Amino acid sequence: MITFENVSVTYAGAARPTLRDVSFTLPEGDLCLVVGTTGSGKSTLLGAMNGLVPHFTGGTLQGRVVVGGRDTARYRPRDLADVVGYVGQDPLRGFVTDTVEDEIAYGMEQLGVDPVAMRKRVEETLDVMGIADLRRRPLIELSGGQQQRVAIASVLAAHPKVLVLDEPTSALDPTAAQDVLSAISTLVHEVGLTVVLAEHRLERVMHAADSMIWLPGDGTAQLGSPAAVLSSADVTPPLAALARTLSWAEVPLSVREARRKVQALGLSLAAPATEPAAASDDQPALTARDVEVRYGEISAVRGVDLDLHGGDVTALLGRNGSGKSSLLWALQGALSCAGEIRVGAADPRKLSAADARRVVTLVPQTAADLLYLPSVAAECEQADRESSAEAGTARAILRRLGADVADDHDPRDLSEGQRLALVLAIQLTARPQVLLLDEPTRGLDYQSKAQLHGIIDALAASGVAVLISTHDVEFAALASRKLLLMADGEVIASGSTSDLLTSSPAYAPQMAKVFAPVPVLTPQDVAKGLA
Amino acid sequence: MVAEGTAPLTSLHPWAWWCWAIGIGLAVSGTTNPLLLALIATAMVVVVMLRRSSAPWARSVRAYLLLSLFVIGMRVLFQVLIGGGTGETVLFTLPEIPLPEWAAGIRLGGAVTLEGLIFTLYDALRLAVMLLCIGAANALANPRQALRSVPAALYEASVAVVIALSVAPQLIESAQRVRKARWLRGDAGTGLRALGAIALPVLADAIERSMSLAAGMESRGFARTQGLPVKRTLPVMLLSVMVATLGAFLLLSTTLWELAVTLLIVGLVGTGFGLRAAGTRLQVTRYRPHPWGWRATGVAASGLLAAAVVMGTGWLDPTGGGLWPSTDPLEWPELTAPMLLAIAFVLAPLPLTIPRRFAAVSSVRTDVRVRGLRAVSRS
Repeated sequence: MITFENVSVTYAGAARPTLRDVSFTLPEGDLCLVVGTTGSGKSTLLGAMNGLVPHFTGGTLQGRVVVGGRDTARYRPRDLADVVGYVGQDPLRGFVTDTVEDEIAYGMEQLGVDPVAMRKRVEETLDVMGIADLRRRPLIELSGGQQQRVAIASVLAAHPKVLVLDEPTSALDPTAAQDVLSAISTLVHEVGLTVVLAEHRLERVMHAADSMIWLPGDGTAQLGSPAAVLSSADVTPPLAALARTLSWAEVPLSVREARRKVQALGLSLAAPATEPAAASDDQPALTARDVEVRYGEISAVRGVDLDLHGGDVTALLGRNGSGKSSLLWALQGALSCAGEIRVGAADPRKLSAADARRVVTLVPQTAADLLYLPSVAAECEQADRESSAEAGTARAILRRLGADVADDHDPRDLSEGQRLALVLAIQLTARPQVLLLDEPTRGLDYQSKAQLHGIIDALAASGVAVLISTHDVEFAALASRKLLLMADGEVIASGSTSDLLTSSPAYAPQMAKVFAPVPVLTPQDVAKGLA
Repeated sequence: MVAEGTAPLTSLHPWAWWCWAIGIGLAVSGTTNPLLLALIATAMVVVVMLRRSSAPWARSVRAYLLLSLFVIGMRVLFQVLIGGGTGETVLFTLPEIPLPEWAAGIRLGGAVTLEGLIFTLYDALRLAVMLLCIGAANALANPRQALRSVPAALYEASVAVVIALSVAPQLIESAQRVRKARWLRGDAGTGLRALGAIALPVLADAIERSMSLAAGMESRGFARTQGLPVKRTLPVMLLSVMVATLGAFLLLSTTLWELAVTLLIVGLVGTGFGLRAAGTRLQVTRYRPHPWGWRATGVAASGLLAAAVVMGTGWLDPTGGGLWPSTDPLEWPELTAPMLLAIAFVLAPLPLTIPRRFAAVSSVRTDVRVRGLRAVSRS
């Protein structure tokens, strides 16, 4: 269905090709996962499949890409619209119309599909994706998972043979991601579509994959069965890490497979030593009582009480729209709210912006919003001035964070992980006692996540209280000791990470599911339990 | 082809509402009678309230009302400050600021007369009601839907306008987001420097957005069926538009109305023919086009009739028929029978259309990003 023959892609001004001599053939009806670290060329590979690379992005493509019998050299992306459906990273940005039905019809209108056939196809597509009840809703009012399903439906209506999805679940909470992924696997199994999917969080999709393309980062690509690719690739979802810890040759692709293997081998695991409860007699770094955030008639956060202790890392989990971000902004003092917030003796809401960030600092979901200067060096100097810190402080922190980027780089050209490190360095220059992170792992690959974990650990060791709001259960399991669960604006559970996560069916990390009832959370716990 | 008659029963063709609103706008432009203006505005608001949908764009009428009030306030304020109106009834006198020779004719401060003030008020009211007409049309018919029903030849232009329409709220949303982010860096400042710090990320964001939108449109086949332009459409169009313009000019400025009307009709027919021919090169189909039914004709006609009544009164009655009440000397404006007829035409869509069912659709999405967008589209 998709054939790459000695494909190399070089962007204008790039020193080396992004893809080099890539050849593979994907059979019809496969669900193929594209994996690799940030910047390894995943998006380029996906774009080459519908001709966006190089017709739209520029650059030169050598070799041949043939999709459904059409050579992308001779067909523009628009001429491939009836063969390849392409959904970009943020569905909201790709929407052309404003209601669900119109959006689904848009592609067919462009193809000149007969109005009667179009009506029928819209209905069918609404049913296949399970969104018939949303048909007249404005697109901006849909939840993230619904938007993603509408985006898929809108390319599906043109009856393509191939569906190309670039990180369809990166912004979604675990349940919404599940919705989208089950819709995708329906398409593969029932409709017989060939699906190519790039994803960072492999643990969610790898069990459904038929094949996997690994981009090691040097421009080459390796196609193979998921189990084989994962055993050598530098992307390590928890199950791959487990296979490595236990020196298994084949990576189990699902929790069920891993669990059976563990039982067959008769592995017994010692429960990790329960960590001594943090001495809670010390003064909490941040205390919040009865916090309430209202937007008009909606109350986004209600009656939240919480204590953050210096040196503790707390994770905040919950659905999209459950009030996590609002709570973080309120705790920073940037969002007006009712209730009591104390950091030491101060109330961040009563301080000026410059003083508030010296006690509590927040790294928002779209961290790039904080950057506005043309180079890394300029940003660092500005950060020193803002925090009235000694010259070079921000730069030193950035180096300590392990992201030593060149001074003259434009912050907007940095990789997701490097940009996050830069924003963190800027915010930490103020030496706050409390650090709030909103969705820091969005778009990060496994290496960057491990690095972020290291950074957070080091900060906690230096006595900073850290609160991380995240959808990434595996990251929460790895990085946090305490956990808050939010739903509908309220904190519905709080306690130790291991207690809360192992007891929840929706939020249990994969290791907990494999080794239940032994409460292990991460492959590292498993390694410790074996020793 | 099977007739596409199944658009939701209660939604009228968007151009019917626009026609109605434009007609009222024309009517309003022909009068300064405050009683008539106020009644037209009230009638329009009543129609909007009873016939609008629950979609986000339907909430825009409040914003237009506020804008109208703002326009009136500004006009009156300037009249007071630099008015220098006519009339004898001095209400109060502001200290006059002497201006140099070269600014002769402009007066700052000085006496404020009742006559001047009333004249300005009437004039401002007329402008405000015209603004309200646009607001009403916006609330009743989604502007995007209206743009979807343009002739195929204007398709690309309408797409550009639709995208521009969606960019504005998104720009505001990202500006709000970036401003909040500035606070996090301890910079709550305003002024030029802060503007730069906000503009750069917002612009970068806007460019990224438009690139992903363009990529989305490209990969979904936009402009795919574009054939070569049909030969000779351009000269036909140009000629027809020129003939129509000449016709309109003659109609408005001379008494040769037979010739003028003939030219106008020939020009318009030619333009329509040219648009049709030019549109054939685009084989884009339409999903559920709005059918133009008798209700749509009725609504469109009611607006145009309202305009005809007001304009007709103005032409036929040499004394103005009470449409331009005198402000110097002041006299109480009166309502005449033709005016009541015009108001009845403004209200005509009420019996002509079916009220929309308000489906209580509660939004499932309350996160910060969407809330920001919603606030923008509401205001």
